[in-house]
Amino acid sequence: MDLAIHTEKLARVYKLRGNKKEAAKELVALRDINLDVRRGELFGLLGPNGAGKTTLIKILTTLLAPSSGVARVAGYDVASEPEKVRPRINMVSGGESSGYGLLTVRENLWMFAQFYGIPSKLANERIKQLLDIVRMSDRMNTKSSDLSTGLRQKMNIVRGFLTDPEVLFLDEPTLGLDVEASLDVRNFVRGWMEANPDRTLLLTTHYMVEADELCDRVAIINGGQVLACDTPANLKRQLQSDVIYRMEVSPLNDLQPEALEALGGVRKVSHEAQDGAAVLELILAEDDALGSVVNMLTGKDIHILNLQKREPSLEDVFVNLVGHSMKEAESDANG
Amino acid sequence: MQATQGIGKPAKERGVSGRTFRAAAWLGWQIESNWADPLIFFIYSVIKPLSGAAILVVMYSVITNGAFDDPMFAYIYLGNAFYIYVAAVLTGVSWTVIDDREIYRMLKYIYIAPVHVPVYLLGRGFAKFAFGSLAVFITIAAGVYFLNVPLDLSLVNWPLFAVSLTLGIVMLAMMGLVLGSVMLLIVNNANFMGEAVAGALYLFSGAVFPLSILPGWLQPVGYIIPISYWLELLRRSVIGQVAESFPTFSQFSDIQLLAILAGLTALFTVLGFVVFRYCDHQAREKGYLDRYSNF
Ligand SMILES: Nc1ncnc2c1ncn2[C@@H]1O[C@H](COP(=O)(O)OP(=O)(O)OP(=O)(O)O)[C@@H](O)[C@H]1O
Ligand SMILES: [Mg+2]
Repeated sequence: MDLAIHTEKLARVYKLRGNKKEAAKELVALRDINLDVRRGELFGLLGPNGAGKTTLIKILTTLLAPSSGVARVAGYDVASEPEKVRPRINMVSGGESSGYGLLTVRENLWMFAQFYGIPSKLANERIKQLLDIVRMSDRMNTKSSDLSTGLRQKMNIVRGFLTDPEVLFLDEPTLGLDVEASLDVRNFVRGWMEANPDRTLLLTTHYMVEADELCDRVAIINGGQVLACDTPANLKRQLQSDVIYRMEVSPLNDLQPEALEALGGVRKVSHEAQDGAAVLELILAEDDALGSVVNMLTGKDIHILNLQKREPSLEDVFVNLVGHSMKEAESDANG
Repeated sequence: MQATQGIGKPAKERGVSGRTFRAAAWLGWQIESNWADPLIFFIYSVIKPLSGAAILVVMYSVITNGAFDDPMFAYIYLGNAFYIYVAAVLTGVSWTVIDDREIYRMLKYIYIAPVHVPVYLLGRGFAKFAFGSLAVFITIAAGVYFLNVPLDLSLVNWPLFAVSLTLGIVMLAMMGLVLGSVMLLIVNNANFMGEAVAGALYLFSGAVFPLSILPGWLQPVGYIIPISYWLELLRRSVIGQVAESFPTFSQFSDIQLLAILAGLTALFTVLGFVVFRYCDHQAREKGYLDRYSNF
């Protein structure tokens, strides 16, 4: 099989230097990742903050050495043959503003084309074309320091596509972009992949919808481990026999969501407090279980404000795998 | 892996160094010449080196009671002028690591591109060399014109000058590569380190006073610093009799000094690439290539 990305028992440990009082600690950011991405796939890594997505991308793009295991990109080992990997890849990380501010947009891009050995004429054509697509042609001669953060990010995205890499890595490409710009980027990604079946793209995101809409396959990653890897449809199909309700209720007070999970027929409950209300996402093994949930809530004097039955989403898949919602996972990681 | 139609061919592996150097030098030039205001540009490139020299001249004048005819003056003046190259090239090359990583935050994108990173750093230093040359020229011209530094163009040993200058610039660039490589591994206080190195070299390389003035136990420091030999060669080639007035290096003939300089340049060239290899490996091991320190 023609693999664009292949990892085997890939692991990364960060050594955290302790301050004077604490001893040095180790943080396992990735453990035993086995991942195969075929040539031509648009592959998504979905996971909460701190899951290890960026760490994995850094390893695959030769910026970071693996602690153990193997990673190959475009057929070459990232640790021992970085000079073979680099001409075939490119990478963009979103949500940061970088660029040589004193160069114009065109100059920034042109210079990178030079680093990749793209002839000037071809580079200029591509720059024009790509800036057109992201609706930035009018900013071609603006110094990049004078761009807004979002526009600078779009420029950075163009830098990634400009070199027409075999394997492109996008780390949260739409982070910080407005709705319209995100849509532009997603459409562009889709179009770029469709234009040539040999291109491979790996993107990370923690937007469920983005992964769902865009990706051929998705790996759900949490705590440095791949929990599931399949097409979005297949992942959701695991929950096909389940019933999912979104329930808006008055505040839960002393009721723990775990108490609801203990009820028969209730598989997973995730909970998010909003001001003056709470939202429960219920994954039920069968419709009948809803009765006992309602009973328990009314018994605790909790009012149901809104109830909706819906199709399973990747979010539900995540909850089912991890045991809590992505938001909860993120506050765990940050806390 | 078979070649696939339609995919942009991977960048050619031949000619990598050439295109890396050209693009890096272009970027360096854009950064150096990025003065929206010609007046500021003028001040920066002319007044700055001159004011540096002026401080030295005033101090000299006070201490020696205005003995500008003493060969000591020309010695100091030339040493200081050529030292501009040290700041420009050595810190210019090494600084690129800090600039790109922490200010522009582009180091990681340069790194994953099919470039030779050491050549990239040297290319960025090249613009500094060009602008440094302008400053050196202006400083020396001002010295000759206003302060009677006894420079006679017909007495200059041009071949010696050209060879020494070239070797020295290569050596400085390679010392910059060593320093820049080390900076890959220093996430905090890297900027402090650069200044400390340049400052220490200024004192002990015979730039502003002959090594023979240093107490005996400190003199070996000067003889270890490769820049000392280079400055001596430049002085000898430009104003022969001045250098002869100070016995610091008088035991060495021109050819011997040149051989020492060539040897040191070769040494630093090897060292530059070896140290880079090691630090590059370590930086990827530790994940430092996209770490930002908190200024
Ligand atoms: N340079 C580093 N030194 C020490 N620990 C690190 C370093 N970089 C990342 N980590 C830790 O490794 C874990 C994984 O981080 P990583 O950045 O890969 O997560 P992520 O999935 O990209 O998260 P996010 O969605 O927030 O970008 C986190 O616990 C993080 O704190
Ligand atoms: Mg990340």
